[in-house]
Amino acid sequence: MEIEIKDVEHLAGLARMVVSDKEKELLCHDLREILAYVSQVKEVSVAIGEPEPGELHNVMRDDVNPHESGIHTETLVSAAPSRAGNRVSVKKIL
Amino acid sequence: MDISNLTIKKAHSILVAKEVSARELAERYLKEAHAKSGLNAYREIFDDVIAQAGEAQKLIDAGTATMVTGIPLAIKDNILIKGKIASASSKMLENYRASYDAGVTEKLRRAGSILVGRTNMDEFAMGSSTESSFYGKTLNPHNPKCVPGGSSGGSAAAVAGGIAIAALGSDTGGSIRQPAAFCGCVGLKPTYGKVSRYGLGAYSSSLDQIGPITQNVEDAAILYDIIAGHEPKDSTSANMAHQSVATTLNADRKMTIAVIENYLNEASPEVRNRMMDGIKALEKAGHKIMYRNFINSKYDIATYYVIATAEASANLSRYDGVRYGNRGSNENLKEMFIQSRSLGFGEEVKRRILLGTFVLSSGYYDAYYIKAQKARHFIKAQYEAIFKEADLIFMPVTPTSAFEFGSKADPLEMYLSDIYTISLNLTGLPGISIPLGMDSKGLPVGGQLIGQAYGEQALLDGALSLERELGL
Repeated sequence: MEIEIKDVEHLAGLARMVVSDKEKELLCHDLREILAYVSQVKEVSVAIGEPEPGELHNVMRDDVNPHESGIHTETLVSAAPSRAGNRVSVKKIL
Repeated sequence: MDISNLTIKKAHSILVAKEVSARELAERYLKEAHAKSGLNAYREIFDDVIAQAGEAQKLIDAGTATMVTGIPLAIKDNILIKGKIASASSKMLENYRASYDAGVTEKLRRAGSILVGRTNMDEFAMGSSTESSFYGKTLNPHNPKCVPGGSSGGSAAAVAGGIAIAALGSDTGGSIRQPAAFCGCVGLKPTYGKVSRYGLGAYSSSLDQIGPITQNVEDAAILYDIIAGHEPKDSTSANMAHQSVATTLNADRKMTIAVIENYLNEASPEVRNRMMDGIKALEKAGHKIMYRNFINSKYDIATYYVIATAEASANLSRYDGVRYGNRGSNENLKEMFIQSRSLGFGEEVKRRILLGTFVLSSGYYDAYYIKAQKARHFIKAQYEAIFKEADLIFMPVTPTSAFEFGSKADPLEMYLSDIYTISLNLTGLPGISIPLGMDSKGLPVGGQLIGQAYGEQALLDGALSLERELGL
């Protein structure tokens, strides 16, 4: 499938970004070229290389030994661009 | 005394023998780093280097120094050091201070090494030349018109430029091995899972690995021993105890080494010439050489750029301006996300996020992402077939030596230059780039040895024998 400007706009929307009109042109061209290249991956035969069931599994730790409440709060909240006390502050959501 | 051109091993011996103090060594490297600031290898030189040297000296005086105590190291800008800025050379994180130490940082601190500063890189590790850094390019110490490689260009330039004894980089598609090759250093990408990714800014989580960039193979083994090992806070960390490789290095070990002939023939004549020197050296060292072919490397690149961009689009969705990083306009929540991301990300990053979004989107997910994951198994099977007959594989690191700034403006052309490094990230196998000599323009050329999964001992043994035989 051939990427159009409207596709770039759609993807940018999904990725929560805006791109200028000039950027859209360049990206459209670049993405078309790159996509044409990576589409070769479809040539790889389906019969080869199915992942084994159970080959990958999640690694979890036991839900025990929580750290002391609040010990990381200041370190973490101080990184926020805007804060109100111990809370990260953003514009109204609803 | 002459304290230039020190390796980890040499520096360690003069520190322990009290021929030089940790402070003197640190001061020397700080002076050099400032004198060579034109390289733009360091994004920032830390202000507590002398204080760190003081702590290192205590370990030396107490007789508890490790091999890296007091050794000045350069750390890539995407590895967290608590309290220090870690920007991944992006605008998005330009003032972000790490709230915790990466797993590797904790290990280096405990071992008493000196973290001199954070090094320049391609933004969010996406690139092969360090040209996409928000903070300007880094120069190749061998030729200021040429790139140092990427994305760990700053780390490689720091080691090659003599402003760090060794460095850490990260490798997702070749970002340790390629800059090491371009700058004439040794660069090791360990087996996936051997080095913790806890505290490494994530680009592509199933491909990223941290590894050492050093002046020789022995130093790479030493630094690898310090940073490797199981990490409970990284769920992809290999659940095995680390066995030291540096103390058991054996350059006399004879192995069967498979040279990938079609890759050799596709490389530039200059790279091919140096690779032939490497093959001759491996034969002289007593290894058995065989020749094999790999299926066309185009599938490797296609697979990589589907998987890496898909994972990157997911990983970089955390940069939303809410909890850390630069925040754009604050009109409403959606605007905040859009402005933060549009202003904070550079061109290459945007390109990869959009491509990743595409291959994961409804209607294309099966054709691209799922297909790429299957192709990944196919690529791994090729390596496994060769490892039934050979202990190691030898092939080029890059098709050419370091290219000039701006010469690969077309993104696809840049991507195609990763052909020899990418498959190791897709398969998780360990690989090391070793200097083979210079090309006719005086630029370094590297050769790549590849080992079996968790086979770093054999890999480093082979690398050491090659280095010794070449005698550069």
